[in-house]
Amino acid sequence: MRNSFSKKAENIISKNPQSVFISGDLGYNALESIQAVAKDRFINAGVAEQNMIGVAAGLAFKGFETFVYSIAPFAVYRCLEQIKIDVCIHDLPVYIVGNGGGYGYGIMGATHHAIEDIGCLSTLPNITCWIPAFSEDVDYCLNQITEKKKPAYLRLGLGKPYPQAVQISPINQIKKARSPKITIIALGPIVHNALEAIAENDTIDLFTILSIPIIEFSKELLESISETKKIIVVEEHVERGGLGEHILSMLAKRDIHLVKFTGLHAMGYPSKLYGNQAFHQKESGLDAENIKAEINKLLKI
Amino acid sequence: MNNKHYNLIKQNGSSATTITAEMNFNNKKIDYRKKILALYHGVNAGHIGSSLSCIDLLIAIFEIKTSEEQVILSKGHAAVALYTVLHSIGEINDETLATFYQNGTKLSAHPSANSFKNIPFALGSLGHGFPIGCGIAYANKLKNNNDHVYILMSDGETNEGTTWEAAHFAMAKKLDNLIILIDKNGLQGFGYTKDVLGDTAEIGKWKAIGFDIIEQDGHDVEKLIEDINDLKSRRNGLPKLIIANTIKGKGVSYMEDKLEWHYLPMNPETYKEALLSIEKNYNA
Repeated sequence: MRNSFSKKAENIISKNPQSVFISGDLGYNALESIQAVAKDRFINAGVAEQNMIGVAAGLAFKGFETFVYSIAPFAVYRCLEQIKIDVCIHDLPVYIVGNGGGYGYGIMGATHHAIEDIGCLSTLPNITCWIPAFSEDVDYCLNQITEKKKPAYLRLGLGKPYPQAVQISPINQIKKARSPKITIIALGPIVHNALEAIAENDTIDLFTILSIPIIEFSKELLESISETKKIIVVEEHVERGGLGEHILSMLAKRDIHLVKFTGLHAMGYPSKLYGNQAFHQKESGLDAENIKAEINKLLKI
Repeated sequence: MNNKHYNLIKQNGSSATTITAEMNFNNKKIDYRKKILALYHGVNAGHIGSSLSCIDLLIAIFEIKTSEEQVILSKGHAAVALYTVLHSIGEINDETLATFYQNGTKLSAHPSANSFKNIPFALGSLGHGFPIGCGIAYANKLKNNNDHVYILMSDGETNEGTTWEAAHFAMAKKLDNLIILIDKNGLQGFGYTKDVLGDTAEIGKWKAIGFDIIEQDGHDVEKLIEDINDLKSRRNGLPKLIIANTIKGKGVSYMEDKLEWHYLPMNPETYKEALLSIEKNYNA
């Protein structure tokens, strides 16, 4: 997704002279073309994330839409207070781009993982988190972000193209069963594991959700849930503050009752061992095999 | 009195008009201090020493700044000093000022967002103003205008790591349109700065980074105006710094250089005493 992002961002920056791109000293082999196009509107802010967000707020206050790029954990946690006060409280067009959300940076270790980012940011005012699932979603998310001109967080991961053409919207139906028994809702590129899990199963409806907070369920998602009454949420994010909790709260407020809810989510480092992204997904039961097992459990209820 | 008028007085060198300017600032020092005390006393609130420490700096900045320029009160706990200045220039009216610190006010103990042109940002958590100011200064460079941005910080605030992130950023990006003013009263939240982390506002540290610096008496409004104008005229690629040596609680003798006046409210007797002290100290 990083390449989809840099291509689209380059396009936005070159078209809009009232835009600035800030990098937290990262982006080798990805941001060079943006740097070339933006000239003095490209800022390498060094290894200083708190200042970087404050600078972005100052620029946005003066009328510049400002992208801030780093790897996801560095773009969110160190500078959370700056995001809260400088950006969100003032409702400024600062677009925080975090590469490698979830366990994206795998063997780089826990310091480089961002499995609580959505939970942290989605409690703040005025900000929307955008989580592309397929590579084509990146363009869509950036269009939405630059149209709204409000605080935004874009969580990038390892994207693959859509399996079939889709009219992209905040909630997308990726697979539709003739007679669905389970509704799976995935957050981000973990959808590929879900797709693998349901490859030979024609009783599953699969959806992705691209933005949090969810404003409203789509008609298709509501119909699916009311038919299946069984939901599996798959997210590379901890349970607290994640998509699963968000959906359960929305369902409770709407008096929609389920037979069964399964939340598959990041569980941190249960074995205290480290590996690549797939290793950590498996540790948390987010691998295709376990998703399949959870589907089979639900089908028996 | 606007800046142009002030320069004219200086150029003419007329002692009569210079005295007028001094008298004018002396009157402001008295009036603003009385207003600050009244505001705090009216709601039984603290942070009096912090506001008295930086009010003369704010007087100087607001003599100079244009309507398009931003002043960032990074030491947001001195909000009352800023509210007092904004009231005097008509941006905050009497009715609004009377709501200070009350439920339903726009004037919280630390400046809140989105209500007044001259309060562009909510501030109060220390270490936020400098980075924001860097962003504004960079934006002014991109816009190719001649605007400056003024950041008023406290010396205790320079403990914050963002100070040093922003200082290097300002230097590296040649933000010579950025004017940092450090209200250096030597006291912070729970002790003297020299006893807490040492003097993080010490001039040598800033010189080492490369700032264009003037160290000045932070209560001499005329000199401060001269210094700020001097720094503004130097388009040398260097960010600007005024280290303003101040006294916490300045003007109220029993509050001066006393940690407790970061926190304490006044009672009717000490309020009366404070007003008398100001009259005495400024020969009213």
